[in-house]
Amino acid sequence: MEKRSVFKSTWLPIVFALPQLTLILLFFYWPVAAVMNWAFTLEPPFGGAAEFVGLDNFREVFHDPFYWNSVLVSIIFAVCGALSAIFIGLVLALAVDRQLPGSGFFRFLYILPFAVAGPAGGIAFRFILSPERGLAAILNSIEPDLWNPAKYGSHALAFVIMIFIWKWAGYTFIFLLAGLQSVPRALIEAAAMDGSGPIRRAIDIQVPLLAPTLFFLLVTMMTEGFVGSDTFGMVHATTAGGPNRATEVMVYRIVDEAFHGLNYSGASAQSIVLIGLIMVFTFIQFRFIERRVHYK
Amino acid sequence: MIQRTPFADALTYGLMILGFLLLIGPFVVVIAGASQSLQQVNAVPFRFMPGTHFLENASAAWTRGDLGHAMVNSLIMATLVTVGKVALSACTAFAIVFFRSPLKHLFFWTVFITLMLPLEVRVVPTYAVAADMFTPFRLLIQFLTGIEIKVEWNLLNSYAGLVLPLIATATGTFLYRQFFMTLPDELAEAARMDGSGPVRFFFDMLVPLSRTNILALTTIMFVYGWNQYLWPLLMVTDPSYKTMMMQLRALLPAENGIPDWNVTLAGSLIIMLPPVLVVAILQRWFVRGLVASEK
Amino acid sequence: MAQIDIRSVRKSYGKTQTLHGVDLIFPTGEFVVILGPSGCGKSTLLRMIAGLEEITAGEIAIGGTVVNRLEPRERGCAMVFQNYALYPHMSVADNIGYALKVAGVPKAERRRRIEETASIVGLSDYLERKPAALSGGQRQRVAMGRAMIREPKVFLFDEPLSNLDAKLRVSMRAEIRKLHQRLNATSVFVTHDQVEAMTLADRLVVMNKGQVEQVGQPLDIYHRPASTFVASFIGSPAMNLMDSRIEGGTVRIGGHAVRLSPAAASLEGREITVGIRPEQVRLSSNGTGVMAVADFVEELGSGRIVHAAMEGQAFAAAIGEEVRVQPGQPIAFELPAEHLHLFDRESGRRIEVEGPAASPVAAVPALALS
Repeated sequence: MEKRSVFKSTWLPIVFALPQLTLILLFFYWPVAAVMNWAFTLEPPFGGAAEFVGLDNFREVFHDPFYWNSVLVSIIFAVCGALSAIFIGLVLALAVDRQLPGSGFFRFLYILPFAVAGPAGGIAFRFILSPERGLAAILNSIEPDLWNPAKYGSHALAFVIMIFIWKWAGYTFIFLLAGLQSVPRALIEAAAMDGSGPIRRAIDIQVPLLAPTLFFLLVTMMTEGFVGSDTFGMVHATTAGGPNRATEVMVYRIVDEAFHGLNYSGASAQSIVLIGLIMVFTFIQFRFIERRVHYK
Repeated sequence: MIQRTPFADALTYGLMILGFLLLIGPFVVVIAGASQSLQQVNAVPFRFMPGTHFLENASAAWTRGDLGHAMVNSLIMATLVTVGKVALSACTAFAIVFFRSPLKHLFFWTVFITLMLPLEVRVVPTYAVAADMFTPFRLLIQFLTGIEIKVEWNLLNSYAGLVLPLIATATGTFLYRQFFMTLPDELAEAARMDGSGPVRFFFDMLVPLSRTNILALTTIMFVYGWNQYLWPLLMVTDPSYKTMMMQLRALLPAENGIPDWNVTLAGSLIIMLPPVLVVAILQRWFVRGLVASEK
Repeated sequence: MAQIDIRSVRKSYGKTQTLHGVDLIFPTGEFVVILGPSGCGKSTLLRMIAGLEEITAGEIAIGGTVVNRLEPRERGCAMVFQNYALYPHMSVADNIGYALKVAGVPKAERRRRIEETASIVGLSDYLERKPAALSGGQRQRVAMGRAMIREPKVFLFDEPLSNLDAKLRVSMRAEIRKLHQRLNATSVFVTHDQVEAMTLADRLVVMNKGQVEQVGQPLDIYHRPASTFVASFIGSPAMNLMDSRIEGGTVRIGGHAVRLSPAAASLEGREITVGIRPEQVRLSSNGTGVMAVADFVEELGSGRIVHAAMEGQAFAAAIGEEVRVQPGQPIAFELPAEHLHLFDRESGRRIEVEGPAASPVAAVPALALS
């Protein structure tokens, strides 16, 4: 897409773009260049110039079982979190889209959790789901330790995934509702004329037409699960990666390695892997968006 | 359309109420817990009815987390981040859309690639840049002229440090770009015929016409700015620059101390409230911005 | 007041050329209409005069000054756009007065001129409204007011009436004409509508495929179209065009020979295209003449158009008297030789023949009208 009529000036566009571009160069490209540099060099422990070590840092990372643990945790976190958030968003969007009396009120409310920062939600859930009081206490009174995220890694992982779902279900809901509302009313009416009831219509007509939105959300939510800024905050404010690294997602491990382990080279190598992963997601997203444009 | 579908309607309401319990339930628990006394909040089973102790819990939390200070800092940070994003991304989009310059593609891709570089993966060197802003320039000058200069500008523990690294936004830039593309060509042509140059066109036409975009973007970016967690956590060590998000963990009951979760919850409620209010009151704009910016 | 000189102007986008060398002179104060089908380059030419489009080669001068390198605002032109391009966030008054604001005209003076202009275009009661709250015709007036207020040397109109409904178009046409008489600035009006072109123009420019086909007064062009393109583009219904050949001083049309004037003798043996306007065709009074097979009749009330097929080609005749025609029925027409237009078949250019052509010689028997 090009504008037909544009202004002629060499220096004005530069002046207008410069403020943001400077910030981008300073706080995005320069740091990433440093990450690249660190990933391929190693600073000697007792000072001195960094030494080029080729792929050694990557090799070390890939031989580290804790790294693969964080990969596995991230995959479980992102896949479970993304799929559940989308599923809940879809069900709620289908319900609200029927526009029964009162559904506007629910629509208004469903979006609110998305405004809460991951760590703030995390603190709240630490209370809500704590094993010794609140709801989980009832569960644990049936049998001790039926729910104890402080003790069991799988419980802890389920716990952070729940926070993720709580926050992002409202987000998927917004997009799916917008998607449903762009389905032509006539299509629903045609299906009704064909004798199909509301539930059938949802399954046969509405959900298939939502396929592009669902795919978009899947990629977005997966990206969020792997590298979202809230993902770090949720983990940091609740389990701090524990117990026993059961909730140590990749981003958490990178920040932890760098600022507590002071292992810049290792953290940088992991960052590069993660950047590669985001590029793959972005690429998929783009291919798909292009296709969507063609079908329109 | 005439519909008599009692079963489907019942199911719909059932699902919507379930969604309410799932998504709004936590708020109810937090509000209830935040207004109960120490005994009430630790009672098993938990009572979902709000109590009468909110104000005292809140004031206890306010002192414990030094929330007065943090509130001011968070407001300053969120506001500056929002204003910076809304203004600078508009300028960049203007440069990309309304000029026939070979640089426009460079600008576009420079902004686009930032989508793939979240803070988490570049946090250490970003910290290093903030600690010494002039490093890149110094190295550049040294590389070009061989002269080593000793100037330092440390952004750690300052508002500039909190805000500047967060201002660049691909989302905002593309939101404006998309809107500018939908404006008819004749608008700029008519303005040119009326004698307006590019700068005048930007301020007289684009800015007022972008009002809805600006509002939508403002809501999104305020929520974003307020909810920043990792960056302030890393770069602020001076208590006078602490933000609300950083104080969350300070509100937690001490290990093996009194489990006064009522205070913690009251504090958390205060911390999560501003963005929730923004989204609640300006929901129309928030949703519009969210949906539009992801296209 | 300014004359516009266009000298061998070309326009190309990359390798494709859209204007192939245009030479025109628009004298001061004239109302010039550029007419042509979409894609003929008429809008590009207008936008080049305005300064919105780069001039690839050649030059354009306004009032004697070559403007090739001047910004739109330095050219002294005002423009009315097809979609009006009103500033949606400004009131009518601000829309009209924006050019003055940019030029730094003091507020009081600006206000005075806005009110003056608004009263000319009949918008005095709407000054505080936003464009969205106006009807199509009112928006059109705002666009005109906005163009007028600067008292430009040149008025440019880019199909300004095409977004209006038929009735409004007719009345706006009259208003534009009146406005022109009052302001007397050189006006260039681009349209694809030949009725608009005929009614408005002092001087008509017909364009096709990036070239000027003909320039002249509307009636001249109507009576002496320079090419088959102009012939078929101007006039409604379009001129009938039939392929033929000149043999023995006659042309054969529909099994009938029409004798041409002696001056046409020099054209003996030429492959030509013969044209006649439907309004010049008459029904044959004696059942003999050019034969065609009737298709249907379009009743207009004041007259009627008989659509027929002649040697397989569509043929139309605008007839004053009432007729009843059955589809498939043979019908005989008279084609007065003095109204025939001759064009070279290959180039499509007009062939001038001095004096009117003569009467038919060979009659072919035909069925009488029922």
